[in-house]
Amino acid sequence: MTVTYWEEEIETLPRVGLESIQLRRLQHLVKRVYRTVKPYRSKMDAAGVKPEDIKSLADLKKLPFTTKNDLRDNYPFGLFTVPMEEVVRVHASSGTTGKPTVVGYTRKDIELWAGIMARALCCAGATKEDMVQNAYGYGLFTGGLGAHYGIERLGATVIPVSGGNSKRQINLMKDFGSTVLLSTPSYALNLAEAMDSMDIDPSSLSLRVGVFGAEPWSENMREEVEKKLNLKAVDIYGLSEVMGPGVAMECLETDKGMHIFEDHFLPEIIDPDTGEVLPPGEKGELVFTTLTKEAFPIIRYRTKDISRLIHEPCECGRTLVRMEKVTGRTDDMLIIRGVNVFPSQVEHVLMGIKGVEPHYQIVVERDGNLDSMSVQVEVSEGLFSDEIRVLENLTKKIQAEIKSLLGVTCRVKLVEPKTIQRSEGKAQRVIDNRKI
Amino acid sequence: MRVEQIAVFLENKSGRLAEITSILADNDINIRALSVADTADFGILRLIVDNVEKAKTILRDGGFTVGKTDVLAVEVVDKTGGLATVLKSLHRACINVEYMYAFVNKTGENAVLIFRFEKMDEAIEVLQKDGFTLISGAQICAL
Repeated sequence: MTVTYWEEEIETLPRVGLESIQLRRLQHLVKRVYRTVKPYRSKMDAAGVKPEDIKSLADLKKLPFTTKNDLRDNYPFGLFTVPMEEVVRVHASSGTTGKPTVVGYTRKDIELWAGIMARALCCAGATKEDMVQNAYGYGLFTGGLGAHYGIERLGATVIPVSGGNSKRQINLMKDFGSTVLLSTPSYALNLAEAMDSMDIDPSSLSLRVGVFGAEPWSENMREEVEKKLNLKAVDIYGLSEVMGPGVAMECLETDKGMHIFEDHFLPEIIDPDTGEVLPPGEKGELVFTTLTKEAFPIIRYRTKDISRLIHEPCECGRTLVRMEKVTGRTDDMLIIRGVNVFPSQVEHVLMGIKGVEPHYQIVVERDGNLDSMSVQVEVSEGLFSDEIRVLENLTKKIQAEIKSLLGVTCRVKLVEPKTIQRSEGKAQRVIDNRKI
Repeated sequence: MRVEQIAVFLENKSGRLAEITSILADNDINIRALSVADTADFGILRLIVDNVEKAKTILRDGGFTVGKTDVLAVEVVDKTGGLATVLKSLHRACINVEYMYAFVNKTGENAVLIFRFEKMDEAIEVLQKDGFTLISGAQICAL
């Protein structure tokens, strides 16, 4: 089988060449960020590091980390490096409290992203001949639009169907002859189930490849989705703070890790407790520095995702390092149907409702293939009423506010006081019963 | 003329009602009337007891969420149409019933209807004007 590359030269460049490109881009970035963004400058000054100190890639570790809190503190546009008239698009994802995390793109960034995403799709074996059904959500979430521009850049035909409405998805698949499906893996399984109930045999469809991401999924899930949808399933990684989908992509040749597009994104693995860079091949927290983005570059962003870098050469010939499937988080973030949810956001909603006490618990289950979240709230005397209607309105209100802030529908269950377990130290806010 | 009622939040779990009634029994509190309203997830137990304050305190100490609300108790003769005449009178005056329950007293001659209204004062006025007998909490306990 011949491997098709989108940008063969850079994808197969010997490491020495790649590293010299990375260093040049890093030095340029650090200079620019130091000059244009005050919060970065202050942090670097506090750490006693100047742009000139970055003499090799190993000097990256001298730079301070950037965290989600830095994004929150500079909400909404404080970390942008260009004036707003040069920003042509913004996206946002969940912050840890009420405010989302905002990222911006110049026209050049959008073009860059489209190219990187096209490269990712090419890595998954997609070509301009393909009919690509994009079932990632369109909107503030980077998934839908990010993938969309990449599909167009590849020259394939994009069906911008967005998420949800399974029956329509399947009818389009059938009528248009979709060959590639982009969605969260759990939604893909949901589509398989819907096909079954519509009496549609997946082998009668033209689906060939599924590009699944935005939530953690296991090898077992891969087998299941491949069998049920009669396609080859590949994993894609991305996060809005770094760019969006297309930061790393699995190739067709191996199912052991995703190639990180290192000419744009510089990865590190650190010990989440000490912040020390770990030796090659060790498991730890994934940290990214963007090398080419204009509006919103980011230096040493702590993803909180746990992974490992695979330095061994890949059968596909790409020299780009691979990252193992994300196996966990260093924080309490949950991913519910592809949406990032922080327990602190749920708490923020609850505390905004009069009479609600800070005793709550989030229970996550996987019903069939879809995640479901329920929030248990203890009924204090301040909330209680002798009328059913009043209590039902209360649960509806909590549900609506969580939906509005997080974009996730949850079930709200009122429980008796003192029934949620109290702990000595940190309260156990989340019970995750999913087996991924 | 108002009657104090206590309401207790109940999760739909087996044994909760038994637990409440045992707590009340252990403390010599007599239940005169009760009703349970329920949804798929939870229920509300409403009680008329002979010692409201004590019942409230001991249930709260037992870990329950307890509320106190005013209701009206209307005594009618226990015969066909007794409830209907009361409801007709309320309907004419456009007074909405939030919920109600009823019991028959020991002699079996009269029935007592417990009502919860949003517009309590108007309800009292209408019922008295139409000649219905409102009874107090003490009277209920004496029945």
